[in-house]
Amino acid sequence: MDAHAGKHFPRPTPVSRPYWEGCREGRLLLQLCTGCNRHQFYPRILCSHCGASTLAWAQASGHGTVQSYTVVRRPVSPGYAADTPYVIALIALAEGPVMMSNVVGCAPEDVSVGMPVEVLFETWSGEITVPKFRPVTAGA
Amino acid sequence: MHPLRGAIAIVGAADTAVGIVPGMSATELCVDAALRALGDAGLRKDQVDGLITCNAMAEPCMYHAETIAEYLQIFPRYCVSAATGGGTTFAALHQAASAIMAGLCHTVLITMADSLRSGMSRDQAMKTQSSCGHPQFESPYGPTVPSLYALIARAHMAAYGTTAEQMAEVAVACRAHAALHPGAQMREPISVQDVLASRLIADPLHLLDCSLVSDGGAAVIVTSADRARDFPHAPVYLLGIGEGHSHEHISQAHSLTTSAAREAGERAYAMAGLGPSDMQFAQLYDCFTPTVLVELEDLGFCGVGESGPFVQEGHIRLGGRIPVNTHGGLLSHCHPGNPGSMFALTESVLQLRGAAGARQIQGAKVGLAHAQGGIMSSHATIILGTERN
Ligand SMILES: [Zn+2]
Repeated sequence: MDAHAGKHFPRPTPVSRPYWEGCREGRLLLQLCTGCNRHQFYPRILCSHCGASTLAWAQASGHGTVQSYTVVRRPVSPGYAADTPYVIALIALAEGPVMMSNVVGCAPEDVSVGMPVEVLFETWSGEITVPKFRPVTAGA
Repeated sequence: MHPLRGAIAIVGAADTAVGIVPGMSATELCVDAALRALGDAGLRKDQVDGLITCNAMAEPCMYHAETIAEYLQIFPRYCVSAATGGGTTFAALHQAASAIMAGLCHTVLITMADSLRSGMSRDQAMKTQSSCGHPQFESPYGPTVPSLYALIARAHMAAYGTTAEQMAEVAVACRAHAALHPGAQMREPISVQDVLASRLIADPLHLLDCSLVSDGGAAVIVTSADRARDFPHAPVYLLGIGEGHSHEHISQAHSLTTSAAREAGERAYAMAGLGPSDMQFAQLYDCFTPTVLVELEDLGFCGVGESGPFVQEGHIRLGGRIPVNTHGGLLSHCHPGNPGSMFALTESVLQLRGAAGARQIQGAKVGLAHAQGGIMSSHATIILGTERN
């Protein structure tokens, strides 16, 4: 997909591959610790809460709120120029973990801290699909 | 009492020319800083037996400290290249103090420099600017370094009602101090209005909320308190030092509005047996204006959430309750990357020697400096004083 040429494509690792495969199938997967029943992000070989290694993959609701955000006015590299200005946000997922993403589907000035958002998926290539978020109320 | 309290002292301190210094490579700036600090301490180069440096982005080398030792033709017993981003400087001081106390060496030269303004090739500049953040889970979204700090600024605004005007005052205060420093890179006074009128880089951060890109270096010479008596300048004692490390990537921070500066500060205060109200100045890490707000709160200079009004009331200016960045900081004095806090250290030494000229704090006897690296990730606080006990 030419629209995403020059962007920073993530390189899945053996541990993170299920996450990226989930994204490709339109599902946001988080690791869930079967020891303490808590979710974590990013994928690890141990539970960041209790240290157990008994981690399963569970589909997340895809809902969260904006913990903080900014509008990037000068792109990090030419591959992001067409998207500029774009919103970098930390999304507090309903399951607990926080992840970085872009908020799309609304004007940057309409984003606010605490705003409810939901996941959508942006296909970058045959292998890579990137989860992004949009306002729940945008009706997109 | 903690064994490190008052156990070592700074006996030499010096800066190179800073700002735009095209005539020297990063390595040469590092060596120049070393020579100036040796001169300040009245030492020959063979009288230091420990060396700590940090790598330079403009002239990276695999074994940086060894490269500097080779250039200087010194042959230390202890030789380390430190790396915790902007926190490197005071982490290096921690290592120097520990090495001296453990008997690894007697006298340590800490010298750091970079040439970010003049010494970066096009390729190097592109490479360092073209991505940041976690390569899998942040970088794909296109964050820039200012945007990561903007997340902290926005969170503070949302939590406490902090305003862009209040953040701007940090830049204005630093510039007012830099105007009194003959060597500072930016000395033309600015107003809050100037900051707000400057280009938005990553909302709510404007260009003048962001620190400089500079060439420059600085060095200090550290030795045991017992040896420190026989030098040309009165020793400046390390009374407290503490570190705190909480994360690397901002999306993994457990809080956006508070940081491991709290732990670093608590550890340094505990070692010194002193508190924030004892400090006569605070050199705080100001890569972007909001970091100073978080550090003022985490280090106990004001209450949680109160830093905005605190700076707006003028308390961080010279003559205020706690003068911050009396040399102008990274915002106005200079910011050559990882060595940035070296200038906060050399400025603290000058203040405590009573040699800070027009920006001298009268009767300065004890002060604090704080360094931060990553995205509020690694923190180191030091407390320096003129009296050992
Ligand atoms: Zn667990």
